[in-house]
Amino acid sequence: MSGDESFEPGGTGATAWTTGRIITKDLPAPHLVRLRMHIEDRQRHWPGQHYLIRLRAPDDYTAQRSYSVASDDSDPLVEFLVERLPGGEVSEFLADVAEVGDVLELRGPIGRWFRWDTQTPAVCLVGGTGVVPAVAMLRAARHLGRSDLLRVMAVGRSPEELPYAEELAQAGAAIAFTRHPTSDRPAGPPTEAEITPLLAGADVAYVCGSARFAEFAENLLVESGMGAEAIRVERFGVTG
Amino acid sequence: MPVTRGFFRRRPDGPAGRLPPGQYDVGGNWPVLTAEATPRIDRESWTLGVDGLVDRPTTWTWDEVQQLPGSTYRGDIHCVTTWSKFDVVFGGVSVDSLLQAVGPQAEAGFVMAHSTTGYTTNLPLADVTGGKAWVVWEYDGRPLTPEHGGPVRLLVPHLYFWKSAKWISRLELTAEDRPGFWEQNGYHDRGDPWLEQRYQGDP
Repeated sequence: MSGDESFEPGGTGATAWTTGRIITKDLPAPHLVRLRMHIEDRQRHWPGQHYLIRLRAPDDYTAQRSYSVASDDSDPLVEFLVERLPGGEVSEFLADVAEVGDVLELRGPIGRWFRWDTQTPAVCLVGGTGVVPAVAMLRAARHLGRSDLLRVMAVGRSPEELPYAEELAQAGAAIAFTRHPTSDRPAGPPTEAEITPLLAGADVAYVCGSARFAEFAENLLVESGMGAEAIRVERFGVTG
Repeated sequence: MPVTRGFFRRRPDGPAGRLPPGQYDVGGNWPVLTAEATPRIDRESWTLGVDGLVDRPTTWTWDEVQQLPGSTYRGDIHCVTTWSKFDVVFGGVSVDSLLQAVGPQAEAGFVMAHSTTGYTTNLPLADVTGGKAWVVWEYDGRPLTPEHGGPVRLLVPHLYFWKSAKWISRLELTAEDRPGFWEQNGYHDRGDPWLEQRYQGDP
């Protein structure tokens, strides 16, 4: 189950806490915050990996969450896109309080399972903020001139609610809006007929999204002919 | 490490002495975190094998494992993704009962838990003996659902929950410690939440 080990964080997989400074911050949608950060002692990362972000209160109370990286390894900054969850103690802080110039604690990159080795033909079926690792994979593929290796189906409710919708479309990703008809397709989840052509030649499938989306996506991939053992899943739940 | 500008504690501590460092009380939720597609496992064809360095390698069917003396865990569980859940109730059988049946050999020091999906996780034998680990098929008095590892999962509640392998199918006793799935993928070999053994490189 282990993949290409040609570079590993710290050589042994060990990572340590470091700090990073917010260089840019924007809210692409009211419920989304995008941070681009300069990270001290940064280690190389694979597309699909994540970082931990840890916040520390004056009484030394800490809260940490993991966030997928949207940028690829060639980017001088590390980019995160975080969904602002109501009551989420970390995501609300990042969206509402954090400012350019603030320094946060970070640890990463983490995860050697849900990552793309940039060489294996792959398909991504991702939904909502689950598009973030697929964005990193598309950026890495483009940087390496291997966009032919990667096919992406991104699912969102509407263009306004799908993070990176424009970038995904420009990169050639198929896009399904569940509540927004377009000139190409009616509103609704992706179908077997839409997924099957994307699977040809793909040796691995990445699913990322909410628990409900992940379950839908796993079933759709299996019904469309993808072997269950080739599916790698990253779900996110109620943590905020 | 520096204090984060503008960040203050918002969550309560949870019950005194029961929330390990860096964790929060998830309350009534039970998040699902799985690296693989959720398998559909038929109880009638499911089996549990315990083998490796044992005197009597044994395979139990669903009906046979139900005949073993029942055992219940009431307490807390802790996920490496920082949620903890208090006062859960799981029903099944103690791993001690399984090991008693197979007779671990003297040189057995570790266990590799295998799932039907190919997922593995490694544990010191001492972490699954002495009333510390279960094989469970009930949650809160109801059958364990597939997304939470049903029909049957391992339960090792004093360690981070990735050690509690979903869809358990085999316990393999070994002399040497070999890294399992997440352990090969950057996570700690033991995973004690009270020591915050989350990732490789932690104490």
